[in-house]
Amino acid sequence: MSDHSNISGAPGFWYRNQRRLAPALFLAPGILFFSIYVIIPIFQSFNLSLYEWDGLGAAEYVGLRNYEELYWDEAFYTSLRNNVIWLVLYLLAIPGGLFIALFLNQTVTGIRIYKSLFFFPFVISQVVVGLVFTWFYDPTFGLLNAMLAWVGLGPINVLGNEHTVTYGIILAGLWPQTAYCMILYLTGLNAVDPEQVEAGRLDGAKGWKMLWYVVLPQLRPATFIAFVVTIIGALRSFDMISVMTQGGPFGESRVLAYYMFEVALSEYGFRMGYGAAIAVVLFLIMLVYIGFFLAKMYRDERGG
Amino acid sequence: MFPTPVEKLGPRARIGYQALLPLALIMWLLPLLAVAVFSIRPETDFATGNYWGWPSSFDALSNYALVFTGSDMPRYLMNSVLITVPTVIGAVALSAMTGFALGIYQFRGNVLIFFMFVAGNFVPFQILMVPVRDLTLQLGLYDTKMGLVLFHIAFQTGFCTLFMRNFIRALPRELIEAARVEGISELRIFWYVVLPLMKPALAALSVLIFTFIWNDYFWAIVLTQGADSQPVTAGITSFNAQYRAAYHLMSAGSLVAALPPVLMFFAMQKHFIAGLTLGAVK
Repeated sequence: MSDHSNISGAPGFWYRNQRRLAPALFLAPGILFFSIYVIIPIFQSFNLSLYEWDGLGAAEYVGLRNYEELYWDEAFYTSLRNNVIWLVLYLLAIPGGLFIALFLNQTVTGIRIYKSLFFFPFVISQVVVGLVFTWFYDPTFGLLNAMLAWVGLGPINVLGNEHTVTYGIILAGLWPQTAYCMILYLTGLNAVDPEQVEAGRLDGAKGWKMLWYVVLPQLRPATFIAFVVTIIGALRSFDMISVMTQGGPFGESRVLAYYMFEVALSEYGFRMGYGAAIAVVLFLIMLVYIGFFLAKMYRDERGG
Repeated sequence: MFPTPVEKLGPRARIGYQALLPLALIMWLLPLLAVAVFSIRPETDFATGNYWGWPSSFDALSNYALVFTGSDMPRYLMNSVLITVPTVIGAVALSAMTGFALGIYQFRGNVLIFFMFVAGNFVPFQILMVPVRDLTLQLGLYDTKMGLVLFHIAFQTGFCTLFMRNFIRALPRELIEAARVEGISELRIFWYVVLPLMKPALAALSVLIFTFIWNDYFWAIVLTQGADSQPVTAGITSFNAQYRAAYHLMSAGSLVAALPPVLMFFAMQKHFIAGLTLGAVK
């Protein structure tokens, strides 16, 4: 008797409560992984930034001393300045991508393969993009200087000069990023309402006016995503700096992401606490954009 | 259609446009084409300073063969495969479940959990670096492929959840309601009703995550060290150290390292682009 009630009771419980239990069940593995590897480490880094730690021995509590040191650290300001330059110049990928997308938004034969070929720099790893541009800029055999020589200029050493190095790396970074923005706009242009464009034509709108008043407003979702991915890409810049210059010459091409790595994990020393303090600053900068993005998403959720 | 289609502007404009296209493409890919040209030159061209003249011979075959036979490159490539494929499977599986839970059910904290995944996906890697490296060391997984895979799965779950949840939201709800009326259990609804409808999202995420993970460099150098476990992005620097100044080989090696995601992209283009635009721009 009791056996019977158990057998029918167990599925009964599940059936009665599955709408409440199922989401917890489905979420558990994802939340577990994400908490262990992403959420908790954020707090650990905040905590660690209050310690002096070489990664092996005992950590020593130093309060805000790491931040105080940061305040007097010139390399920190160089990195911060370069981060701002990255952020501003990287945004050129958005108009650049729009320009190429408008150029390619035609229906001649073979256009699809052109679109793919224009896009594919984005698929290449940034390490290889970095190498490709390092050789492109090379003062002895690089194509850039070969071309400058044909018109009687140069040679210039883009990556060896402390005044040009950051711009040289950003230009290399803009290459895949522009391709990304281009594909966002190409997809967006597909959805532009042809009737509105026709109506605009009848009203005499042409060229710039058409673009500004009729087309661009309809591309707003693409523009928004382009902004998000470009800003995040700019603040994440690490691979290319590591491959092209290792922060040099004289540390002039460092950004916060690279400087943090250098402080915490390279031959310059294993200062985990100081590195964590740099990471916290970078995180707080990023948090402004994350907050902005989440607020926009929240409004869309409410609206939709 | 904007701008005005060239066909409407007459034959001159069309021919002009079609002539401009290949020129623009060559300009756009110039740095890469330069490396491709390097990779088929013989060593002697670099010794004699013949960088941009006509190659004295075409050595593509021997250069690329040497990449595969004269270095650890095959091992690095294999490592990349063994890191990338399990990550794709793991992240897509986890996020199919989280996306389902967040997209279908209404419960307290739903939006909060969703936003946690989205926000976590955007944090700079450096804020995670020291604790994740430390955790990996403690688990005894430092310098192993498994250590990288576990982290990648966890981190990519953020982005994948965003994508999956939005995709599931857009599915017709009547299907699920109808299944419930039939008395089908929630687990079966997930497996037999929702999952088959999610095939496009699964495909899009798979190719996208494949590319992201294949191209990862930061975590590769933070969590691994040698040829036993490092993926090709990190291995290429060792390769370049081995063949320092042998630019024909370094060029060939770089192109080999970059190739798999490129092939993946050309094979799965439609899915790839659907994934990149987050489904937000149709």
